[in-house]
Amino acid sequence: MATKHLFASGHTACAGCGQAIAARLVVDAAGPNVIIANSTGCLEVFSNIYPRTAWEVPWIHSLFENPASVASGVEAGLRYLGKLDKIRVIAQGGDGSSADIGFQAISGMFERGHDILYVCYDNGAYMNTGIQRSSQTPFDANTTTTPPGSKSFGKTTPHKDLVRIFAAHDIPYSATASVAYPTDVQRKVKKALDIRGPKFLQIYVPCPLGWHHDPGLTYNIAQLVVETGLFPIVEYENGELASVRTIKEPKPVEEYLKLQGRFRHLFGTPEGEAEVKKIQAIADANIRRLGLVKEQPKKEAAAAEPAAEETAEKETPAEKETPAEKPAEEEKVSELKKFTLEELAKFDGKEGRPAYVAYKGKVYDVSESAIWDEGDHLGMHEAGKDLTAELEDAPHEEDNIFEMPLVGELEG
Amino acid sequence: MKEFIEGSAAIARIIKMCKPGVISAYPITPQTHIGENLAQFIADGEMNCEFVNSESEHSSASIILGVSAVGVRTYNSTSSQGLLLMAEVLYSIAGMRLPLVITCANRAVSSPINIWNDQQDSVTLRDSGWIQLYAETNQEACDLHIQAYRLAEDHNVYLPVMVCIDGYILTHAVEVIDLPEQEQVDSLLPPLQPLHVLDPEAPVSMGVLYDPSVYTETRYAINESMREALDMIPKISSEFKEMFGRESGGLLQEYKTEDADKVIVAMGSVVSTVKDVVDEMRDEGEKVGAVKVITHRPLPAEALYNALKHIPEVAVLDKSISLGAAGPLCMDIRHVFQGKEAVPKISGFIAGLGGRSITKDSIRGIFDRLSGEQVDNHFVDLQVEQMVNAE
Repeated sequence: MATKHLFASGHTACAGCGQAIAARLVVDAAGPNVIIANSTGCLEVFSNIYPRTAWEVPWIHSLFENPASVASGVEAGLRYLGKLDKIRVIAQGGDGSSADIGFQAISGMFERGHDILYVCYDNGAYMNTGIQRSSQTPFDANTTTTPPGSKSFGKTTPHKDLVRIFAAHDIPYSATASVAYPTDVQRKVKKALDIRGPKFLQIYVPCPLGWHHDPGLTYNIAQLVVETGLFPIVEYENGELASVRTIKEPKPVEEYLKLQGRFRHLFGTPEGEAEVKKIQAIADANIRRLGLVKEQPKKEAAAAEPAAEETAEKETPAEKETPAEKPAEEEKVSELKKFTLEELAKFDGKEGRPAYVAYKGKVYDVSESAIWDEGDHLGMHEAGKDLTAELEDAPHEEDNIFEMPLVGELEG
Repeated sequence: MKEFIEGSAAIARIIKMCKPGVISAYPITPQTHIGENLAQFIADGEMNCEFVNSESEHSSASIILGVSAVGVRTYNSTSSQGLLLMAEVLYSIAGMRLPLVITCANRAVSSPINIWNDQQDSVTLRDSGWIQLYAETNQEACDLHIQAYRLAEDHNVYLPVMVCIDGYILTHAVEVIDLPEQEQVDSLLPPLQPLHVLDPEAPVSMGVLYDPSVYTETRYAINESMREALDMIPKISSEFKEMFGRESGGLLQEYKTEDADKVIVAMGSVVSTVKDVVDEMRDEGEKVGAVKVITHRPLPAEALYNALKHIPEVAVLDKSISLGAAGPLCMDIRHVFQGKEAVPKISGFIAGLGGRSITKDSIRGIFDRLSGEQVDNHFVDLQVEQMVNAE
């Protein structure tokens, strides 16, 4: 870290504000030759009030939804001046600005190919206006516009997968990070700024005020959200998943939820416990979809628990994790459950049941696949069955099946 | 050099000579031809300029805001819904004191959707801190753009300028225009000397929060700069005349008003029709005249007072309306005479909404109406049978 911070102390953020910590990490990693375009929001308000500013780099704020567009103009102006080789451009905003009101502008900026890093500080609600729901508010969270009550458990839908949405623009780099892992945040900022073209970085930043947690627990919560699988740390390069931060032993989501007042209403009642199970299912689905839990070789597993900062080094390139790599898969299979055709039939994806299919003697979970809906694949194939013969008629290869999480073997 | 050329194409040629470093564009009828022409100049290597196609007018305005913040001259054009979508950004640009120039090809606003001309779009933005200039002809539209950059970038003014041209009537009209030489434009318009820029060599924070102890002073400062603009606009117009050899721009134009009993005040292309009718009626022995408002913001109150104080009957023709009140220009002009000794009878007429033609007969009707009682909101050529159908 730089000895002189480019985001000065004396700003007015709350104690334990994850966004203030992350913003300093970002600008320090970027260095002095950067211009920042900021959205309206907490960061904008607590970092300056005339005539004071915490920014030691050139910084501009115009409106809530336009930092990506303002940055596009800054970048185009620097390109015209021939200064783009020396000066980096960052656009940044909270999750309300990035995922809701400014979403279109970011998409436009990425499509146009501007040489800009967009940083989204994700604290899952409109904190600056008083903790209202954003599209990034997690499932069941209590906000002032998704209050729990006799007929509600809070927000009724999960948040968007922003990093994947922006990765789908086929930009060179789209990644997530958590403020609990400062070295990882700064490595990703530097990596992104070394790439010419559009980049996206979503940083998970707890908000003690909005989440109703002890300000001393910011790092713990930002770490637990990763260790439960609720916020996967991933890197996409040119639209493809390039790496994931693996988890040794996923922690139950309760450990994350119980530290925060915004989930307090989920504890103490059977109905609330059922909701916690739904949140656990979200984490489990992330773990399955991204392969977040790796089987560790015995000797490494026995080694001392590495510090959080060191685990950052252990990120595995995704190409080594693709299901196409047969040996790893076969090791797992030997430990996996055996299914009879009768047992398999129960996993038909109907009424909330998981959707499994068999192919060449192995059983795969298609529950989370976007092209399977309640056990139905495009109206042509059903879950709970052995589809080996049917694949011959499919317009795709068997690789599409190998991408699904492997859950067992078919007996007989 | 004189050329037979479409208004939009001519404006694009002028913008090219004003040498913006970045242009942003988003399509909306009827301003599209301007952006298309500029895109072609850049594609053909005729301009050293970045062209940024935005995904909305809100972003388009925000992009030129960013360009200006790094000290580069820029340009954008829009109309109607596009201008309204930009509205929030336009206020931000003025508040940040960025010397931008945009063109508004004036068009009616929805609903009902209507792509034809009136001036509701730009008039609605008259309180935004932008200087607004209205062109009567395409020659004037071309000349005003050059003057607009000079005005915006003047360090005593340093405010954004919107050049308003009537959609279709000007944008799509093909006529003879005297296009200047590059050297002439360069002589009136030196390179931009930005007052404040985003630069890592000397970091500044722009667009910071102003609390109640300082916000009012930012509005006062803009208002004072608007007063400076009232002095600068005639000066730039005089300089223009010296270099280009023709009258163009300024605050107002008075046409045969000296001995007039009746005068119509208007903005934009309709003034040409008014002038034609004035000529005809003068031939018939009637003492009529016209006043063209070129600069709508800042409001040239003193010039308006002096132009109209001796006129017994004044008609103000608005191609927009503050619904529930009156024509905005009419309200402005009545405000000019508030509490003054010489107060003409000032009547308000609403005409040409959504592309309804304002004919010579419409203008004669207004002059005729002036002999009667003062009217506040007379809708010219209102068709009662159409109202019944609309119900």
